[in-house]
Amino acid sequence: MILHTLLNYDTLRVIWWVLLGVLLIGFAVMDGFDLGTGMLLPFLGKNDLERRVIINAVGPTWEGNQVWLVLGGGAIFAAWPQLYAVSFSGFYLAMFVILIGLILRPVAFKYRSKNESPAWRSRWDWALFAGSFIPALICGVAMGNVLQGVPFRLTPELYIHYDGSFFGLLNPFAILAGLISVTMLLMHGAAWLCIKTEGAIAARARTVGSISAVVTAVLFVLAGIVLWKFVDGYSITSVLNTTGPSNPLFKTAAHAPGAWMQNYQQHPWTMAAPILGVLGCLLAAVLIRARKDGLAMITSGLGIAGIILTVGASMFPMILPSSVDPRFSLTVWDSSSSHMTLFIMLVCTLIFMPLILAYTSWVYSVLWGKVNAKDINDGNGHAY
Amino acid sequence: MDLDIVGLSRLQFALTALYHFLFVPLTLGLSMLIAIMETVYVMTRRVIWRQMTKFWGVLFGINFAIGVATGLVMEFQFGMNWSYYSHYVGDIFGAPLAIEGLMAFFLEATFVGLFFFGWDKLSPVKHLIVTWLTALGTNLSALWILIANGWMQNPVGAVFNPQTMRMEVNDFAAVLTNPVAQAKFVHTVSAGYVCAAIFVLGVSAWYLLKGRHVALAKRSMTVAAAFGLAGSLSVVVLGDESGYLSGEHQKMKLAAIEAMWETEPAPAAFTAIGFPDQEARETHYAIHIPWAMGLIGTRSLDTELQGINDLVKHAEVLIRDGIKAYDALEKIRAAGSTTTISPELKEQFEANGKSLGYALLLKRYVDDPRQASDAQIAKAAWDTVPQVAPLFWTFRIMVALGMFFIVLTAVFFYLASRHQLENRRWLLWVAVWSIPLPWVAIECGWFVAEFGRQPWIIEGVLPTAVAASNLGVTTLLITILGFVALYTVLLIIEMKLMLKAIQKGPELEPEQRDPQPLSYASIATAQPTYSGK
Repeated sequence: MILHTLLNYDTLRVIWWVLLGVLLIGFAVMDGFDLGTGMLLPFLGKNDLERRVIINAVGPTWEGNQVWLVLGGGAIFAAWPQLYAVSFSGFYLAMFVILIGLILRPVAFKYRSKNESPAWRSRWDWALFAGSFIPALICGVAMGNVLQGVPFRLTPELYIHYDGSFFGLLNPFAILAGLISVTMLLMHGAAWLCIKTEGAIAARARTVGSISAVVTAVLFVLAGIVLWKFVDGYSITSVLNTTGPSNPLFKTAAHAPGAWMQNYQQHPWTMAAPILGVLGCLLAAVLIRARKDGLAMITSGLGIAGIILTVGASMFPMILPSSVDPRFSLTVWDSSSSHMTLFIMLVCTLIFMPLILAYTSWVYSVLWGKVNAKDINDGNGHAY
Repeated sequence: MDLDIVGLSRLQFALTALYHFLFVPLTLGLSMLIAIMETVYVMTRRVIWRQMTKFWGVLFGINFAIGVATGLVMEFQFGMNWSYYSHYVGDIFGAPLAIEGLMAFFLEATFVGLFFFGWDKLSPVKHLIVTWLTALGTNLSALWILIANGWMQNPVGAVFNPQTMRMEVNDFAAVLTNPVAQAKFVHTVSAGYVCAAIFVLGVSAWYLLKGRHVALAKRSMTVAAAFGLAGSLSVVVLGDESGYLSGEHQKMKLAAIEAMWETEPAPAAFTAIGFPDQEARETHYAIHIPWAMGLIGTRSLDTELQGINDLVKHAEVLIRDGIKAYDALEKIRAAGSTTTISPELKEQFEANGKSLGYALLLKRYVDDPRQASDAQIAKAAWDTVPQVAPLFWTFRIMVALGMFFIVLTAVFFYLASRHQLENRRWLLWVAVWSIPLPWVAIECGWFVAEFGRQPWIIEGVLPTAVAASNLGVTTLLITILGFVALYTVLLIIEMKLMLKAIQKGPELEPEQRDPQPLSYASIATAQPTYSGK
């Protein structure tokens, strides 16, 4: 098969770097409002009926949304195998904690209302909270660590050694990143509840949503300042070979103060990402207050996209820097799959992604409309 | 199995996979059965078929939730516990997983929500389409995961790249059309169908024994018996195909399953029962069926099947070839060139490159396989033999159960066609007590396929012992205990909810709730509920 040479190896690598971002944004925007709703559940729902309204607001769709995470895992495995191997094994216990949270979530959704007992329901509500809060927090913490560099080494056979510990992940900058992740998903979840619910729940969601949107914007700006002033970036120091074999040991790299700001200086248009992050959140706050719920949802999604794009724009072409010895760092140019695999996977993505978007939109259109207490009581098409 | 990092990583993978595989087969089969029932509803518009669809749908949903939850762990575990594996084969192995997400998971997970929430929002035909798309997604996901697994058993379409130190795709079509993957897909999916069929059969038999929901139970049994009979025949035929293909691609696995220590003159006999002894390298008290093994493994009467001892001798040759490849690889790396390899070195590597994995078997004993002694090489060659006794037994349990399922479903199919389902109460009890058996067979099948692959994580390419992540023993113990504790609690809750839902029985449909005997239309719709067949 020579078809894959239609696109250059370096072009494909950049495309897959962009797609990595698309998947992360897809996960944060689509599964994000479920996670946000899950975190809000015990606080916005004051009685069983209200909580069932909240759960059923994401009931039919969370399952499909979670596939963004599954697809993310699979796509990183396929397109960036070394990234998948280093990050998943390095962040081992953190991944374990995320998995525990994510295991609780589907079960909590399905099982909560299968039993009348208040104790049973309350336990599952908190399981749903934990299953939403923990992944949201830890994904952010992981991002914070990636920006600072991760303590891993590679042997000449590319065997991975990780020198860090679980608690080493919990440094101040990483926790700040974790908080941003939590507040931005709270904003997004609250915006969704404004659309799907009415009355008291929607009123509470409006308050929480606008506050967390403002907090997200403030924390994001704060993190930007910390990143600029206190976090050393990394840069490649050898001659770039953008179409070379995927072996991180073939280059050299170094800690470089200010490296994370370089892209913004060289390509000022990349400033669009952080601006989108701040503006999206602030607009969402205003629109939630103004009861423009549909627009609020969109701007909150754009804010999330902006925040994630900022991480990518700061780091390019670094993907996962090594703090032990920067030459081990994984970059866009030396940690991808082979030329052929990247091409095949791109073809598959181009075939299936439009289909997925089409049928997902159809499902959302079928389920259009508010979830209210009366429907829950009548058992009208609300399974949970 | 030593409880070192590799041993513990294997234990964790096996436990999480076995748990996950408790839920998957039922999901696979029930999704199809539900789709079939709903199809009958849409064609006949008899309310009872909608009631059946919803009732089995409730059980499907309880099971589906844990299947999803435990499946996430599987996808992440490759990177978490098997990072060298992920690096080494991610270029090939990652693709089917990603395509599984794109093609199957999105389909299944997006429409399963609508299956439960869409009854009042969609026309019957549209809802039926949603149900079929859910079933299609479920079955497609099995296809892709088995393409990935088939590649671990028979790694086609890929070559080792010395510069990137990993396997890379050179023929993706070969990965897709891998005969092992095809056979495994149909075998595994059919096993799921049998599992769900016997589940439905057993639960319905219990209703008949208790005289509850008789109309629903009888119809469910009829569908399940037919579906189960087709499924169990297909399981056995494709199981045979798998056996034939492992004769071709995984000779050692087949020889170990058969406890066939010595090469026998063709056609080889099948050891029906016996006691394999790994130490003495023989099988005690063996009862043989002449010719059978030769027919299964080679489909001929004159092709020889190699025994374990001969295969070990062959492995030793391959290890020595592998050392030559390893030597060339080290020289390529020492030359330090980052973009080009000298033609002589390339030639030297490619001459024995296919056996590189065999040299890595020595990594358990020496850091540099080139320094291995003859004794270590002989030991590594013997490592290519998996533990024979557990394979021998689990395989026989699986096969015996497979035969039993054919008989069971055939009997009920016959009874259903004769409208005699209620008459033989002892047979109904057999059906009830058979409910757990498909799971036993399925877990045995997983064990035969994956334990029989040892010591390889990728057959002939990468030994399991070098593929694990460099984690701490304490860390691994924490996660193993964590997963087992959580899964066990969830399993217990799941079974309780299942029993509760079965105990409660189907919900009445609106039309059934309020039968107005005077109206002609309602008699027409309500009638099938009360008449027997």
